[in-house]
Amino acid sequence: MKKIISCMFAVATMLSPLVVAEQVNLYSARKEALIKPLLDKFTQETGIAVNLVTGNADNLITRLKSEGEYSPADLILTTDVGRLYRAKQQGLTQKISMSEAISTLPNNFRDEEGHWLGLSLRARPLMVSVDRVDPKTLTRLDDLTGPEWKGRVCIRSSSNIYNQSMVAALIAQLGESAAQEWVNGLVNNFSRSPQGGDRDQIKAVAAGMCDVAIANTYYLAGMLSSEDSTTQEQAKKIKVIWPNQADRGVHINISGVALAKNAPNKEAASKLIDFLLSEESQLWYAKTNHEYPVLADIAWSELLQSFGTFKTEQVPLGQLGELNAAAVQMMDRAGWK
Amino acid sequence: MKSSNWFSSWFNAWYIGISLGCFILAAPIGLVFVSVFFPQAQIWQHLYSTVLTDYIVNSLALAFGVGALVILIGTALAWCIARYEFIGRRPLQWLILLPMAMPAYIIAYTYTGLLDFAGPVQTLLRETFEWQYGDYYFPNIRSLSGAIIMLSLVLYPYVYMLAKTAFSEQPASLEEASRSLGVSSSQHLFKVVLPLARPAILMGAALAMMEAFADYGTVQYFGLSTFTTGIFRTWFGLGNGIAAAQLAAMLTGFVVLLLIIEYLSRRKIRYYFQGQKAQQVKRQKLTGSKAFWVPFVCVIPVFFGFILPVLQLFSWASKTYAKQLNSDFGLLLWNSFYLAALAAITAVTLALLFAYGKRLNPIKPIRLLVSIVSLGYAVPGTVIAIGAMISLSWIDIKINMFTEAWFDVSVGLVLSGSLFALILVYSSRFLAVAMHNIDTGLARVKPSMDDAARSLGHKPLQILRTVHVPLMKTSVLSALLLVFVDVLKELPATLILRPFNFNTLAVKAFELASDERLMDAALPALAIVSVGILPVILLTMLMDKPSKHSSQVN
Repeated sequence: MKKIISCMFAVATMLSPLVVAEQVNLYSARKEALIKPLLDKFTQETGIAVNLVTGNADNLITRLKSEGEYSPADLILTTDVGRLYRAKQQGLTQKISMSEAISTLPNNFRDEEGHWLGLSLRARPLMVSVDRVDPKTLTRLDDLTGPEWKGRVCIRSSSNIYNQSMVAALIAQLGESAAQEWVNGLVNNFSRSPQGGDRDQIKAVAAGMCDVAIANTYYLAGMLSSEDSTTQEQAKKIKVIWPNQADRGVHINISGVALAKNAPNKEAASKLIDFLLSEESQLWYAKTNHEYPVLADIAWSELLQSFGTFKTEQVPLGQLGELNAAAVQMMDRAGWK
Repeated sequence: MKSSNWFSSWFNAWYIGISLGCFILAAPIGLVFVSVFFPQAQIWQHLYSTVLTDYIVNSLALAFGVGALVILIGTALAWCIARYEFIGRRPLQWLILLPMAMPAYIIAYTYTGLLDFAGPVQTLLRETFEWQYGDYYFPNIRSLSGAIIMLSLVLYPYVYMLAKTAFSEQPASLEEASRSLGVSSSQHLFKVVLPLARPAILMGAALAMMEAFADYGTVQYFGLSTFTTGIFRTWFGLGNGIAAAQLAAMLTGFVVLLLIIEYLSRRKIRYYFQGQKAQQVKRQKLTGSKAFWVPFVCVIPVFFGFILPVLQLFSWASKTYAKQLNSDFGLLLWNSFYLAALAAITAVTLALLFAYGKRLNPIKPIRLLVSIVSLGYAVPGTVIAIGAMISLSWIDIKINMFTEAWFDVSVGLVLSGSLFALILVYSSRFLAVAMHNIDTGLARVKPSMDDAARSLGHKPLQILRTVHVPLMKTSVLSALLLVFVDVLKELPATLILRPFNFNTLAVKAFELASDERLMDAALPALAIVSVGILPVILLTMLMDKPSKHSSQVN
């Protein structure tokens, strides 16, 4: 036993980040494949090593919290704004010092007190069958609750954060009772009990099981640029409809970053944030994961352009985190699995 | 006089050691139960009026469905392999174990890819017969019964392994006795063989059911509302960690109930392995139509639990491997392998000590402590991991405060930020697996052997090493194997607690699959399966040995 334990410690010390010249420690809810190449480039350019742990955002926040003042984490990266809000709410973050790159960010993509900021933009529009749906008949999210859509709607489980944020945004804009009505109406029109991820909903529309799905655009884009020809064929049967363009706009969310309260490498962390906001990184997001850049003057990829431009919701993004629990209870009441 | 002093001093050392060990291992689980003291009336009101019934009904249906199905598959297979001689029996003997190497969430992803509405099978059907949606019936893979089948396909080896050992250890004299009393062979099966093997079969089923209770990957992917998905939903969605822990405590309560039932069912039964060579039953050679359909039936579970999904994974991996196969991938393989090996050795060593301590001091407090630790198996990995994280970070902070005050350096997060945390959680979670195997093994060693060795002046640890472990080599090995494979597949705890820049195959496969990139996930998934096969083969090779060994014992 002693041997095993000492061996374990030896291995552990080998693996825990060594004290090197300059480094930055990152807790990332963004998957390794979708962030590592960018970090490698950063290390190449600046010589600053980046240590990475990926995982579920809530788990990473819990980890940050329980490690307290000895936490090695400098930055926490999430794929939705609700989690950034939650980290800030729990007092785990601090103000990010202003830089040129940050000042160009639209206000809506930044915490009022500067604790977190957005790195990429994600939109959640309607996706319909090219053959079976006339885009003119569907212009608003609210249309989906009508009787003509009975049994034609596919959407994933309400356990998913994208749906929770979407409903939270509705609560913020329409108020509790109108939002509940919409949720009830939507559940009533489900074609099947929710299952699978966003891609599965898109595939179900392609295969004719339902006629309209609600999904994030980068899933469709990923399918369109897939190496698998069947997947590509399925994606080509889908058309994106931007809902509520005449009124409140389409639902959006951001992936973003917050600075940990006890960040030991604050300066290096600031450099990494600036790097992630650089044109190079913003283009990389768009190219690799088909997300929209948060900076207005960055050109979109051809694929993103093909989906068309859109007007977005203007809800302060921090509010989505605040209303998340209310949204979940609302969906529970409606019987949205 | 001398011997009683010796005994009482050992009694104390064991008692303290075991209590301490159990306490450390049980701390993460214990944190879950502390939550009970902080009532969350409002949330529970909401849960009760909306989703709680679903959680309970679905979790129970899943666990008992899996239990019934694994008993059916596992016992039938074990019976065929242990009692019949037929073509292909030898390779089948280890082929049958292979699904163990397949994580449940991977098999779920694979079958969904195959059988989903938009998948190749249904698309082919539609194209061939020019059907549309609604024109035909096709069972929905993403359903409760789908989940039961998926889990059973990878969990039946638990029952098979234990039942096979039980069947092949039953002495031939039993059958001779039955025959001489005019009992038909089917009566013999139901009146003698199965009742005798019942503890082993139920134990295997209990393990499988505990896995089913704790499963998160499959049910989450299938969109089922069970306790595990509910725990996450309450915790992350409703933002209430305490209510989530209370749900986890309730889930654990179900498992306690299950274990009590299992315990009651075998309370009165004690079987001892005599340590002498008993004439083993000769396997019956199959002839005629049976010789054809028995091997055929035996292949079915392996085919669906292993061969078919692996073929599908291969076809996906063949399209993506070029991008993925690099030095990073080698590191992933190595990380996964040594982490699992380290955890298996730790957990089995602890299980040996606990089980033996329990045998040495069969008093209530020790038995109770050991059974509390065994509960870890049914608590979802995430819950234990969070428990460990909170308790270890707390100790870490204290250590740092201490070193800063006395030596003016902070040592960093030595426990929670290193592999120690992972090994602790694995041990706490998989101790039950090791314990079950070792308990069965130990129970078959006659207590008179302990007495004999003690009367010869050996100390308990010495006896454990020189008498028990060799006698129950198979049990120790299967414990090692089961923990190894379980850790290799383990996902949630690894995801939460791993140190910086440390990844395993399971983490990689999950990240890609959860990003709905099934094709890219195929290669790491295949690697998990192949690393998992190695010990399976090793075990089957060694499993053949004890029959030779036991003949040398007398």
